[in-house]
Amino acid sequence: MNSVLAPERDPHALSRAGWTLAAVVALWPLLVLSGFNPALLVDPQNLKAMGTFLTTFLPPETAPEFLGLLLTATLETLAMATAGIALALLIAVPMTFVLTQSLSISRIGPGPGRWRGESIRGVARLILLVLRGIPEIVWALVFVRALGLGATAGVLALAITYGGMLGKVYAEILESSDTRGARALLEAGSSRSMALVYGLLPNAIQELVSYTVYRWECAVRASVVMGFVGAGGLGQLMDQSMKMLNGSESATILFMFLLLVLIADWISAVLRKLLQ
Amino acid sequence: MQERVVALRTAAGRGTGGSSSPAIELVEVGLTHPNGHRAITRISLRLDRGERVAIIGPSGAGKTSLLRLIATSLRPSEGRVSVLATNPWQLAPGALRRLRARVGLIHQSPPIPPRQRAITAVLAGRLGTWPWWRSALSLLYPADIGGARDVLAQLDLADRLFERCDRLSGGQLQRVGVARVLYQAPDIILADEPVSAMDPALADLTIQQLHRDAQARDVTLCASLHAVDLALRWFPRIVGVKAGEVAFDLPAERVNDALLRDLYASETAMPPTQDNRPLATPQISGTVGRPLCS
Repeated sequence: MNSVLAPERDPHALSRAGWTLAAVVALWPLLVLSGFNPALLVDPQNLKAMGTFLTTFLPPETAPEFLGLLLTATLETLAMATAGIALALLIAVPMTFVLTQSLSISRIGPGPGRWRGESIRGVARLILLVLRGIPEIVWALVFVRALGLGATAGVLALAITYGGMLGKVYAEILESSDTRGARALLEAGSSRSMALVYGLLPNAIQELVSYTVYRWECAVRASVVMGFVGAGGLGQLMDQSMKMLNGSESATILFMFLLLVLIADWISAVLRKLLQ
Repeated sequence: MQERVVALRTAAGRGTGGSSSPAIELVEVGLTHPNGHRAITRISLRLDRGERVAIIGPSGAGKTSLLRLIATSLRPSEGRVSVLATNPWQLAPGALRRLRARVGLIHQSPPIPPRQRAITAVLAGRLGTWPWWRSALSLLYPADIGGARDVLAQLDLADRLFERCDRLSGGQLQRVGVARVLYQAPDIILADEPVSAMDPALADLTIQQLHRDAQARDVTLCASLHAVDLALRWFPRIVGVKAGEVAFDLPAERVNDALLRDLYASETAMPPTQDNRPLATPQISGTVGRPLCS
């Protein structure tokens, strides 16, 4: 009757090929611009220099005195990362709640208050952009200047940048999960918050938790970097060892990093399993 | 053809005869989706309180769009929709939410998170009326185990109360979706092919329970059904929808094979039935055994 025959060939093939080509063409100049030269890696002189540098790392330092210092610094780093993530959640969770489009009641129809909703979401997106757009190391430098050396500056810097990242990615995770449940609840008169906990979270909780644990792992690393600018923890210890050209101490500290990442991985796996 | 349809529509039974304000009224409603697809061309329809109506028609005819318009989940591009004597699109946000809590839509594929337990999925039916703290506490400990068990028991599913929904079969999950709307106890029950994943016996049970609930609370029931025999057997009024328009709107006993043949002309040789058994309802006896399309 009014049915039109589908074409014999895939009508989207050409545009797909075009986009792939465009991506490659766009990437090439970026690679050139970054000055990336793989030949430098296998240059014999460079290899020798790297070798000498690495041999100073062996054997790793195991003096009980240093291990004690390491333990304190590790705990400080863990505390800094955890407190940073906890504060970041205080920023991210309400922002996610505002930002997630599939929780918008006014989008159904669209109904009353749509433009108000869209503009609030726009402002929230902008706030998150500013929070995460400035690197945590810059925030840390600012806070170290304002509040003095110590972990407080690191925690605040983490809270701000990670709040911005978590808020954005949480909203995207929720958006890319199955949103029909939440929509159906909103259409039956449910509130935003209940549509979130009854309709969206059951679908997305695994992803959210594993991303949060991954971000905690990143926060551990970031807090190390911030230690270099005086925000305490493992980073500060690493900074001292490096400045004294003490390779063995640096090696022990690196082992501790690996251990922490391993632990984060394990926590993530356990939580994912529990939430299955 | 056109005149005949008009004549049939004016002859159609109108329930209680339009005494009070109708539960659902569509006036010259058209709907174009954002992608440009014209789902509803022009539909006027009136359902009174307590009426029970089946919508039939080929796939893509606009049955789902029609139900979603009534459920205030889609806004008409033209015309006017009135639900429970109010125009939903002129309401303030709070009033619209309260109206939505009074309309329940059973979806063809139940919009229930796979990891949710059946009891939580059913209790979610009352999120529109419960205060927020009750809804929140219900996640820690189910607020109304008895109520959820009652509605699931009506659908022969009480033993699955604490089962996770991803452990249920398609037909069981669909019944959980029905149970949620029964638990919601709305003033309008809308159902979009609510029994498509069930075997004939369970389909009959489910439709029967929907009727019982609608009758007991004197609320409107409007269901789109794929199986024509099921529609004719259970519903006193049948609305045939084709290409976004009402093809006929008649009491079930006046739906004949010619009308059905016209309705499904573009789709199949025979109107679809449960298990593809030949259509053999008393309403159109005499046609049995004769091919509907020659």
